Amino acid sequence: MVKDQVFLEKKASYCLDLAKKLGATEASVIVSNSISETVNFRNKKLDESNRSDNLSIDITTYVGKKKSSISSSNLLNENLNILLEKCIETTKNTPEDEFNSLPDRDLLAKEVKDLNLYDDTNLKNDHKIDYLKKLEASAAFNKKIINTESSFTQNKSNFILANSEGFCDGYKTSSFTASSVTVAKDENSMERDYEYSSKCHLEDLEDAEKLGKLAADQTIRKLSPKKIGSEKISIIFDKRIAKGMLSAFASAISSSAISRGTSFLKDKINQKIFADSINVFDKPDILKGLGSRSFDNEGVKTDTLKLVDNGILKNYLIDTYNGKKLSLKSNGRCGGASNLYFENGRMGYKDLLNSSSKSLYITETIGHGSNIVTGDYSVGATGFLVENGEFKYPINEITIAGNFKDMFQNITLANDLDFKYSTNSPTMMIEGMVVAGK
Amino acid sequence: MTNFFEKSDLSRNEAENIISDTLQKCDDGELYLENSKSESILLDDNKIKNSSYSSDLGFGFRAISGEIVAYSHSNEISKDSLKQSSENLKSTLKSVKGNYNHEIPKSNKKYYDNINPIEQKSLNEKIKILNDVNKYIRSKNNNVKQVTANFLGEQKSIEIIRSGGESLSDIRPLIRFNVSVMLEKNGRKETGVYGIGGRQSYDSYLKEDNWKNVCDEALRIASVNLESKPAPAGEMKVVLGPGWPAILIHEAVGHGLEGDFNRKKTSAFHNLMGQKVASEGVTIVDDGTIDNRRGSLTIDDEGTPTEKTVLIENGILKNFMQDRLNARLMNTRSTGSGRRENYRHIVLPRMRNTMMLSGKQTQDEMIKAVDKGIFAVSFGGGQVDITSGKFVFNCTEAYEIINGKIGSPIKGATLIGDGPSILKEVSMVGNDMMLDPGIGTCGKAGQGVPVGVAQPSILINKMTVGGTKL
Repeated sequence: MVKDQVFLEKKASYCLDLAKKLGATEASVIVSNSISETVNFRNKKLDESNRSDNLSIDITTYVGKKKSSISSSNLLNENLNILLEKCIETTKNTPEDEFNSLPDRDLLAKEVKDLNLYDDTNLKNDHKIDYLKKLEASAAFNKKIINTESSFTQNKSNFILANSEGFCDGYKTSSFTASSVTVAKDENSMERDYEYSSKCHLEDLEDAEKLGKLAADQTIRKLSPKKIGSEKISIIFDKRIAKGMLSAFASAISSSAISRGTSFLKDKINQKIFADSINVFDKPDILKGLGSRSFDNEGVKTDTLKLVDNGILKNYLIDTYNGKKLSLKSNGRCGGASNLYFENGRMGYKDLLNSSSKSLYITETIGHGSNIVTGDYSVGATGFLVENGEFKYPINEITIAGNFKDMFQNITLANDLDFKYSTNSPTMMIEGMVVAGK
Repeated sequence: MTNFFEKSDLSRNEAENIISDTLQKCDDGELYLENSKSESILLDDNKIKNSSYSSDLGFGFRAISGEIVAYSHSNEISKDSLKQSSENLKSTLKSVKGNYNHEIPKSNKKYYDNINPIEQKSLNEKIKILNDVNKYIRSKNNNVKQVTANFLGEQKSIEIIRSGGESLSDIRPLIRFNVSVMLEKNGRKETGVYGIGGRQSYDSYLKEDNWKNVCDEALRIASVNLESKPAPAGEMKVVLGPGWPAILIHEAVGHGLEGDFNRKKTSAFHNLMGQKVASEGVTIVDDGTIDNRRGSLTIDDEGTPTEKTVLIENGILKNFMQDRLNARLMNTRSTGSGRRENYRHIVLPRMRNTMMLSGKQTQDEMIKAVDKGIFAVSFGGGQVDITSGKFVFNCTEAYEIINGKIGSPIKGATLIGDGPSILKEVSMVGNDMMLDPGIGTCGKAGQGVPVGVAQPSILINKMTVGGTKL
C-alpha cells in the first residue's frame, strides 16, 4: 500500500518546522511515495517481475532572496536533520536572486477538485499474467512475428505538497499500462514496432487481444522497406508522432525558455504562428486525464488555457520564478503543460490521405533533432509512401527536415483526435518539408 | 565504505541469511545496496539559478531462474522491507530448481580513487568559478546573449552481497563541468555547448584555468554556427573528426553488440559472429579499464571486474558485451558489462568506453578524397533502432567539403545510416585517435549510465545527410 496522507503530511510539516527553526524565511516541500509492480513476458513466457517502492522528499529553503534545495529517498528524521542543516547552510552561501520566492498567496489552489485519477483496484500478478498471455498469443499469431515482448505495470502514487504560506495538499493517482513490442522478419528485413495503452482506471485499459494484434499488424506492414530519393513532399504524421510537434511547441513557450531568450517563439505573443484554423488547448481538469492535475508543482491553481486561438499565440506556460522575471503572473504551469491538445481539424482521415497525389506517412522518428532556439527540425524517420490515398510500400533510412516556424504555418489537421496520451494531436499533414534519402 | 546496516534494525548476518534462503534454488542473483550523494550548481542568465544536493539510499534484490528475472527494490533498508522483497521474489519464481553460480572473477586493479568530489571543493569556490565563466565569456564577445554553466558532482558507494555472504564493493566518484553559450547577431541565434568530466576531483579538470578552454570551445562552436548555411539533403561522403563523433560507433554498432539483444535475436548482428562486418583496418573495443574515464568501472554492477573487450578486430565480429544472465544463457562469460543506472533498475549489458582504434591515414588525405560531402566535427545526441539497424545522430558542428577542400559551416542536420553496413563503407581510418572530453550518457530501457567514446578521423563513403537544401 502506498503511504497515506497522514504519514506524508507529518513528514512535510516536520521539515517545514525544522527549516523555520534553522533560519529559513520560507520553505516548500514535496513528499511522495510510489509503488509500481511490473510483469514482463517474452515469447509467451514470464521473463521478469519487478516491484518498486519509491519514497522521496524534495525541500526548497529560502533565506530572504537566497534559495537552495535538497532531495533524498531516506525519510528518517535523523537523515532529514542532517540534510536540512546542509540545505540552510548552502542557501545562506548562495547569491541572492530578486525573483526567488514562493507563489503569491492568492494564486494558490483553494479547493482540490476530484478528477477521478485514482483506481483502488489492486491487480494481483497472476491477473497481469493472464492479460499478458492473451496479449502475447494474439501478438505472436502471425508466423512473420519472430519475437514478442510485453509488459503490464500497475502504479499507485501519493504525494503531499506543503509550503510555509500554509498550503498543504495532495492526492493519490494510479495508472495501469500494458505494452507490446514485436519483431517481424521476412527474406528482406527485420522490423520492430509497438503498441501500448495507459489509463488511470483498469476498466478503461485496451483489450489484450486487440493490443497484441495492433502491435503485430503495425510491425508486419513495415517489412521489406525501400529507400526513396531526396525531394520536397507533403508529410503526414501519424497521431503518435504528431503529438511531438505539440511537445516542441510546449518547450518553446515555457516561461523559462522565453525569459532566457532561448526560444524561437520569444516575443511572438498575439502573433500568428500557426495556420489560421489551428487551436491549441491545455486543459488540466479532464476526468481521468493522463495529464490532469488540481494544482501545479508549486501549488498554484490551474485553469484551462487556450494557448493558440485561430493560429495566434495567446499564452505562455508560466511558473512563479520566470513569471516574476517577465512581469507576468503564474498560470499554474510549473512542471509544464497538463492535457495539451490540438482541437480537431475539419478533414476526415481518409480525405487527408487523399489530399495530395503523393505523400509520406510517418509512423516513427528517431534522434533528438528539435532545436528550440532556432526552430530547426531534422530527424530520422520510417513510414509509408502514400499515393492517391493508398499505402503503397514501407520506407526507411530517410530523414525529414524543416523549420518549426514554417512547419507550424503549414499544418492541416484531421478530425480524429482522441485522448490516448497526455499530449494529443489528430493526424497531421505538413506541406513543404524536405525528405533526404538516396 | 558505507556501512549499510549501521542504522538499520537489520544486521548483516540476518541480511545474509535472507539472501541465501531466497536464492538457494536460483541460478543467480544478489542484493545490491547503494548510497549516492550528488550536487548540482547552475549558473544561468547571469545568476546562480540553482544549487541542490541529493542523497539517495536503497537496495535492489534480484533472483534469477533460467531466463526469468525477479526484482524488487526499496528505499528502506530494514528487516521488514527485505523480507517483503524476498516474498515478492519467491512468489514470482514459484517452483525453481536451479544451481546457484558462485563463481565470480577477482581483480585487485582499481581505475579511480576513493574520493568524494563534492567535499573536495567548497561551494563558494564553485560559485566563484561559475561567475568567472560568465564574466569571461561575456567579455570576449559582444554577441553573447546567454551563458549557462554548471557543475555536477557525485559519489556512489555500492555493495553487492551474494548467496553465501560473499561481498563486493566499489566507490565511484564522477564530475562534469558544462558550458553553453548563445549568440545573437542580425536577429539570428545559435548555441555552442562544450563540457569535460570524469572520475576525478573537480580540480583535476579545472587546474591552471583550464575552464577557460571549455568556455573558448563553446564560444567557438556558437560562432561557427552563426555563419552556417542550410545543410544539403541526400547521400554523400562524410568525414568524421576524431573523439566525440565516435558516438556514431556507439549507436551504429555498439548497441547491436550488447548480449541481451543477441540472445533474443532482435539485433541485426545476432547471426554475424565471426563474419566480416566492417572494412579491413577497423578494430573496435569496449574498455572499462582506462584510468579515471567517465565510462570506466573497477567492477560492474554485478561485481565482475571490467575488462577491455574486443568487439570487432580488423573487420571481423569477435565478441558481444555480456552481463552474467546473458553470458550464462549464451554459454559464454561475463565481460564485466553488467550495469544499471541505480538500485531502482535491473542490470543490463551496457557499453563502457567504446573506441575505434587508430589506422594509418591522415585527416588531410580524407578531406582531399571527397568531391562533394560533409566534414562533421561535433555531434549532439544519437539513437538507434537495433532491430532494423538504422541509426541517427545530430551534427552540432559541420562543414561542407567541395573538391577536396573544407567550405562553409552548415546548419545542424541529422545523419542517418544502417548499422550493419556502415562500417563496410569506412574507406579510411585516421592515425589520430582521440578520447571524448568525458560527457556522454547512454540511455537504454529508461536507464541512463555514464559512458565514453573514442575514435580517429574516418571517411565514410556513403551516408544520408538530412539537410533542407536539395
